[in-house]
Amino acid sequence: MPDTQALVMTFLTSLKNATARQTAELLRSVISQQRVPYTNQAGALIDAVKAVGEQLIAANPVELAVGNIVRRVLHIIREEDLSLTTAAIGELNLSAVSDDENDDDRDGNTTLSAAAVAAAARSTLRPPSLQTLLEDTPVSAAVPQTSSSGAADKSSRSRKLKHDVIEAVNELIQDIVTCHEQIAEQAVEHIHQNEVILTLGSSRTVSEFLFAAKEKKRSFRVFVAEGAPRYQGHLLAKELVARGLQTTLITDSAVFAMISRVNMVIVGAHAVMANGGVIAPVGMNLVALAAQKHAVPFVVLAGSHKLCPLYPHNPEVLLNELRSPSELLDFGEFSDCMDFGSGSGSPLLHVVNPAFDYVPPKLVSLFITDAGGHNPSYMYRLIADYYSADDLVVQRRAIAGN
Amino acid sequence: MGAQKKRAAAAAAAARVSEDPDDLARQPLQAILLADSFTTKFRPITLERPKVLLPLVNVPMINYTLAWLEAAGVAEVFVFCCAHSKQVIDYLENSEWFSQPNFTVKTIESHNIISAGDALRLIYEQNVIHGDFVLISGDTVSNMSLTQALQEHKERKKKDNNAVMTMIIKKSKPSPITRQSRLGTDELFMAIDPNTKQLLYYEDKADHSKGTICLDKMLLAENPSISLHNDKQDCYIDICSPEVLSLFTDNFDYQHLRRHFVKGLLLDDIMGYKIFTHEIHSSYAARIDNYRSYDIVSKDIIQRWTYPYVPDVKFCGNRATKLERRGMYRALEIEQSRSAQVGSFTVIGYGTKIGSNSKISDSVIGEGCTIGSNVLIEGSYIWDNVIIEDGCELRHVIVCDGVIMKAGAVLKPGVVLSFKVVIGERFVVPAYSKVSLLQQPTVHDSDEELEYADNSSGTVEFSSIQGTADQSNGEMTSESSEAHKPKLGTGGVGYIWSICEGGQEEEWRHSVAPIPEDKLTELSEAMDDDQELVTQDRTALSTSGELISDSNASEGDDNEDSKDDSVYFEKEVEATFLRAVEENVKVDHVILEVNSLRLSYNMTSADCAGAVFYSMMKLAIKTPHSSAIGLLTLYPSPFSMVASNAYPIYLSGELQQNTANIITTWQKLLKSYLLEIDEEIEIILKFEEMCLESAKEFSPLFARILHILYDKDILQEDAILRWADEKEGADESDKVFVRQSEKFIQWLREASEEED
Repeated sequence: MPDTQALVMTFLTSLKNATARQTAELLRSVISQQRVPYTNQAGALIDAVKAVGEQLIAANPVELAVGNIVRRVLHIIREEDLSLTTAAIGELNLSAVSDDENDDDRDGNTTLSAAAVAAAARSTLRPPSLQTLLEDTPVSAAVPQTSSSGAADKSSRSRKLKHDVIEAVNELIQDIVTCHEQIAEQAVEHIHQNEVILTLGSSRTVSEFLFAAKEKKRSFRVFVAEGAPRYQGHLLAKELVARGLQTTLITDSAVFAMISRVNMVIVGAHAVMANGGVIAPVGMNLVALAAQKHAVPFVVLAGSHKLCPLYPHNPEVLLNELRSPSELLDFGEFSDCMDFGSGSGSPLLHVVNPAFDYVPPKLVSLFITDAGGHNPSYMYRLIADYYSADDLVVQRRAIAGN
Repeated sequence: MGAQKKRAAAAAAAARVSEDPDDLARQPLQAILLADSFTTKFRPITLERPKVLLPLVNVPMINYTLAWLEAAGVAEVFVFCCAHSKQVIDYLENSEWFSQPNFTVKTIESHNIISAGDALRLIYEQNVIHGDFVLISGDTVSNMSLTQALQEHKERKKKDNNAVMTMIIKKSKPSPITRQSRLGTDELFMAIDPNTKQLLYYEDKADHSKGTICLDKMLLAENPSISLHNDKQDCYIDICSPEVLSLFTDNFDYQHLRRHFVKGLLLDDIMGYKIFTHEIHSSYAARIDNYRSYDIVSKDIIQRWTYPYVPDVKFCGNRATKLERRGMYRALEIEQSRSAQVGSFTVIGYGTKIGSNSKISDSVIGEGCTIGSNVLIEGSYIWDNVIIEDGCELRHVIVCDGVIMKAGAVLKPGVVLSFKVVIGERFVVPAYSKVSLLQQPTVHDSDEELEYADNSSGTVEFSSIQGTADQSNGEMTSESSEAHKPKLGTGGVGYIWSICEGGQEEEWRHSVAPIPEDKLTELSEAMDDDQELVTQDRTALSTSGELISDSNASEGDDNEDSKDDSVYFEKEVEATFLRAVEENVKVDHVILEVNSLRLSYNMTSADCAGAVFYSMMKLAIKTPHSSAIGLLTLYPSPFSMVASNAYPIYLSGELQQNTANIITTWQKLLKSYLLEIDEEIEIILKFEEMCLESAKEFSPLFARILHILYDKDILQEDAILRWADEKEGADESDKVFVRQSEKFIQWLREASEEED
């Protein structure tokens, strides 16, 4: 599949500004171009997605959303395969009789039935998630539909799986695109009249959330911490003022002084980890601690694609991105501090510019995702709905092994 | 080449440009990457591998350049290969650069090219450059954005067809002591028009010994304002118009990009071509010119100034590396002993093994290295597949691929070990030496112009020797040991290169090792001397302007200042006093003058009293002296012998009289400083000191004059008694005068007791 490879290459080069949506779109094209064998179609698809996913994750391990999407797509393939095989179990005998077109089919049959049995076993072993419990009826509704297609021959079945997967990935893309709106819809439930909201830096989710509340005729004020050293808070302040919101811009270091006047802290996140911890722009931990000290609710907005099934080990370093010191100071001015040519040869000045902070789950009051509001302790449950445990392990090994 | 020819060519070039200016704007950006530095600074390593493929923090240098060009929006790169062109082309063909979608890399190969100028002439002949292009060499690391510089260049070009080049510069302060930039290149002087950013003067070979540079006076006359910089670094990234190539073709003697082309363009006022500068502030750009810049740029990369071109971000197929606390970069599958200490700012490559109790700090270790136990590695660059056995010590060295260091070997700072060298057991490689399997090419020339020719001969030599080098190393030694005794200890393989004549004392400037302390102090002392000379010479000061800092010049004298001050003060007071005596100035006025001196020298009143008393006694000596000379001539020779050697005893009566007179006349002056008993003691001490040193004539009269001072109420009895008490515990030699005035003191004591 040279075409896909080229696509992956382009993507890798542009990965600096990659988003979850682009990842999903890329994986969709990978799936659609993947030739599916008669046997074990899901396995082939999973292998293809995994191979590409490994590359994507390795290219920029810090961008956790990419890994999340890869896992989501894998999960989708597994789910679709499962729903097809549960349907297939019922007609297993029928298809075994009808399929005798060529010699290979017998092999295919045995493997297929083996896979089907295994999948069925897995489905029974699988812990019942809240979603599957609640949404049991549509799945069972889907089963008769597939079985009603009757004696589906293999090619149509394979096409069916691929088609279903692509459909589901499209849904995923749609979810990612609309997640801002879905989160923003809940704004009026959280922002009340005459409240003071504090936020740090800039996040599209947060700004949409605030705009939505404003459109619903809520009147409130916003404090924006500027978010040094990238100062994205300045941009947010500009946008808020353009929408007619009363805005106060403060420095990050003034957060503690201002927090007592604040009713609610609403921030965006880079990623939400499985334990409910948040990886967010640098300075967020300070805001969270200040909020806790003054018992101000600390609300994190995150699209479901930002839920990461990994647990943060050593989050300050391994899940962080250390950027160039030039954002903090001018190289020319400090060039004499970095003259390694004299003395011991080791630099005395070290500039650290981390991009992210880790906020532990106990400091977070509420997560608002496109699926509604959740407690930090509920995150692992939500993650179990979106990801399958197999992918989690495989991907981890893939990261470590690459 | 006459001016006429130049003009014709320029006109042709101009015509070509003006044909379709809009078309040019739409041209995809091209770049020329010179994959050869045309110098010999990285020898002996570059005899075996081209400079652009040398690993810089475990990634070949050319990858940094190509990754930046791609990110900066360059669509097509022509890589010009000369020395080891096959290696460069093979590398590029196997790399991912050939398979990039919007980025084409094409190689141009030539073997008989000896300079950058020739290379550009060849590229001009091939007629592949159609618009503005970026000229860069393959050893440049940068993360700047080209957009702004490119736009400025294009706008200038539209207004003025002669603006052919934009040079990227960056602020970087040179070391005031060594007169070199932090990258180890010579201090660079640039004159830039602050308004238009036009480059007016470029000098990187300024005469450091004098600390002066010479500017053409026309430069100052023609330009309303000029700013002269010594804190700018040339990044060796140029945005050029296509005319640059034709200029090289016209001036076939242009070889070096800076020395010939830039300076030639600046001096040539017939064509009026202009070079402009673009300064970058927040982004990084530097070229690796010598071993020191290799060291400095590596450290900048580790410190993440070159972000995103850092080891833990994948930019060109580099292996996944993780950044840990304190700037430690670790690739995967590292075997490290529990007791090994890996310090901060260290990069460790894939599959490296580190033994127990080894210490590594500020270093870069390549892939697949084996490091034994108790090894010390500090500030060093170790490339791939190096074996370092137990107990070795490496400080500030470069160790190339496949080197084997036997147990206990020591590398002193600044050593460079080229490929596959073997260092024998417990052998100590002296500082700044370069070791290679290849013999040092005999140098026929010390002329810098021939550096280029030298380099190409190196290639030929390489290919001929490679056959032997690839054979087993043992064979190599047995062959070579006949001619050269193995100098690298038992089992060592390789030759230590002798350092070229004249280069020895300058070696430390460009080496990987930091400049040794003694060199720095030596240099700063030399500089202080220079500055003293310069500060004395007013004209020199004005020409070199701000380059000389006044604060440094005065620093040296600081310690001596306080000592000098009191001497000067004493002299001034004496002069004032003598003038007062001669001109019969009123006592009040003298007090006023002495007070003003006291303020200006920041002295205490005790000092004043001492000084005034000193000058009074001097005056007392002077008066009898004149008569003494007269007397001496009257006396027969044996007396004169005595007189010249010792004090004139026979004059004591007259001297005493004189002293008494002077004290009477000036007692008011003296008294005005004797506020407390401390000052009176100071006077006695001063007098004692005078009697011992400067005015020995008084020593026999000490007790009598003391008495006079007491009579005149200048000294109180308390002061004299305290002085005597203080002297009680002193050495015998110090007690001479106390003894002498013992009777007087005795009398004083009795008198005071009687009073009680």
